[in-house]
Amino acid sequence: MSSIVGLGRGLRWVIVLSFALVVAACAQSPTDHNMAGAGGGNVTPGTNQDFVVNVGDRIFFTTDSTSLSSQARETLNRQAQWLRLYPQYQAVVEGHADERGTREYNLGLSARRANVVRDYLVSQGIPASRLRTNAYGKERPVASCNDESCWSQNRRAVTAISSGPTS
Amino acid sequence: MMKTLLILVFAVVLAGTFSGPAHAQLEIDVTQAHVEPVPIAITSFGGDTEYGDRIAEVVADNLRRSGLFRPIDRAAFIEQPGFDSTPNYANWRMINADGLVVGRASRQPDGQLLAEFRLWDIYGQRQLTGQQFQTSAENWRRVAHIISDAIYERLTGESGYFDTRVVFVSESGPKTERVRRLAIMDQDGHNLRHLTNATNEIVRNPRFSPTRQEITYVSQELGDTARVYLFNIETGQREVVGEFPNMSFAPRFSPDGQRIVMSLQQGGNANIYMMDLRTRQTTRLTHSPSIDTSPSFSPDGNRIVFESDRGGRQQIYVMNADGSNQERISFGQGSYGTPVWSPRGDLIAFTKLSGGRFSIGVMRPDGSGERILTEGFHNEGPTWAPNGRVIMFFREVPGAEGGPQLWTVDLTGRHEHPVRTNSFASDPAWSPLLN
Repeated sequence: MSSIVGLGRGLRWVIVLSFALVVAACAQSPTDHNMAGAGGGNVTPGTNQDFVVNVGDRIFFTTDSTSLSSQARETLNRQAQWLRLYPQYQAVVEGHADERGTREYNLGLSARRANVVRDYLVSQGIPASRLRTNAYGKERPVASCNDESCWSQNRRAVTAISSGPTS
Repeated sequence: MMKTLLILVFAVVLAGTFSGPAHAQLEIDVTQAHVEPVPIAITSFGGDTEYGDRIAEVVADNLRRSGLFRPIDRAAFIEQPGFDSTPNYANWRMINADGLVVGRASRQPDGQLLAEFRLWDIYGQRQLTGQQFQTSAENWRRVAHIISDAIYERLTGESGYFDTRVVFVSESGPKTERVRRLAIMDQDGHNLRHLTNATNEIVRNPRFSPTRQEITYVSQELGDTARVYLFNIETGQREVVGEFPNMSFAPRFSPDGQRIVMSLQQGGNANIYMMDLRTRQTTRLTHSPSIDTSPSFSPDGNRIVFESDRGGRQQIYVMNADGSNQERISFGQGSYGTPVWSPRGDLIAFTKLSGGRFSIGVMRPDGSGERILTEGFHNEGPTWAPNGRVIMFFREVPGAEGGPQLWTVDLTGRHEHPVRTNSFASDPAWSPLLN
């Protein structure tokens, strides 16, 4: 906890509380499996775990689409809020596609998804210099079945924060 | 890595056999929509017990898979003809053989393999072709493929495609942590070897150089950007193609082997660029706020077919090689991607996505004459045999344990065969004829 420089104790408590509310709201989403059942109680704020568990590191897309759903925007708003709070972190937005497309196009599609997310985070005040994008096409699914229940999890953009604070 | 292959070739002619009366010509008209496979008898290449049968088997397998031939079961043969004598034509007519391949394999005192064959026209009662090959014994498969090509060529009037190789992506491990390695093999799946071994690298879309022992492909180390590379098959060395700020992908050589056409990512869009490998100069060919990718040259080098979603979904477009006159050619139901121009120039093969199904089809370069050759849950990524008669692609079947496998289909769509590999396999690219 002492690694969070410049934050008063009172303010830190406010943050933890607001994250806990967000978690409760997100646990209802069937696709936000990473957060399902997660509690914010024993996660250290400002850590990678905090970002993944309490903020939500990924958003999902519909088939062949790069549009941000309202739920995706909410997640990205939280990501932006968190990145503003912890300016020492940089982030790579990784775009992915499901298996229901051709390889080259899906690589392009996943790059476009990553860019949409990056642009949104920039619009929320995150300097572009802190953000990179990368694209994996359909080659890195997280769910391996051959139906929509898996494809919907694989059509995603994951915001990966750098493992440690940068100078 | 790859040994230089020295094969000495001689014509084999029996005195007088070309002067016989030509009653019927044993020839296959491959321009027909449906060709009845020609029954052909292929005898053991007797002499050397180690290679005689195996060469005959490889030849028979090649010809059978082409769909144009029906090798007759050896158990039906009435005679085992001598290599240096004229066959008893009546014995072969009796088992309905139109053609007869007689061969002989033997080891020379220095260990070299001497393989000979003759192709007989049973109804025309004459030898159609005959050749002799001398090479080191380890090349016996190549000799069998070259013999297959000679038979195919003599009977169809078109060049064969058996003495060729396929580079592809060998896949292993679970879907979520798939290891992808470049691999190369003979077109029939034998002599497979891996070209890359890294487990933290995604490889995609390998393509042969038409002129050198070289491959272009996409490599992406996990955590890093995808980039186009050149890979030397003989030395195993690789180099990145150009220094670009963002991802480069979907590369293909020009027919002269001097240029690479590929997609470069810029923000959310991908456009098509050409790089001259000698001057390293890059020319931009498309300028659209869309995903323009999968470029493929026409065999004369004058035009490029590619896919773009500029109209809302993936469709196929053709342009001049300088980027001018971009025209959409696909207008059917669904989306179209991965266009590949036939080496004959007459057709473009593609992947079609329609109704949740993935098919492989062909259309003419003006978009007319669309035909679907194979259709199912997932078929993708066609590549042409060098004679433009057969297409290889990869197919995935549903199931968590499933994975991609290579298949071939001929232009009639009637002859579909799996290509056996010892792992999952995707992204095949057929080589030109070896020489």
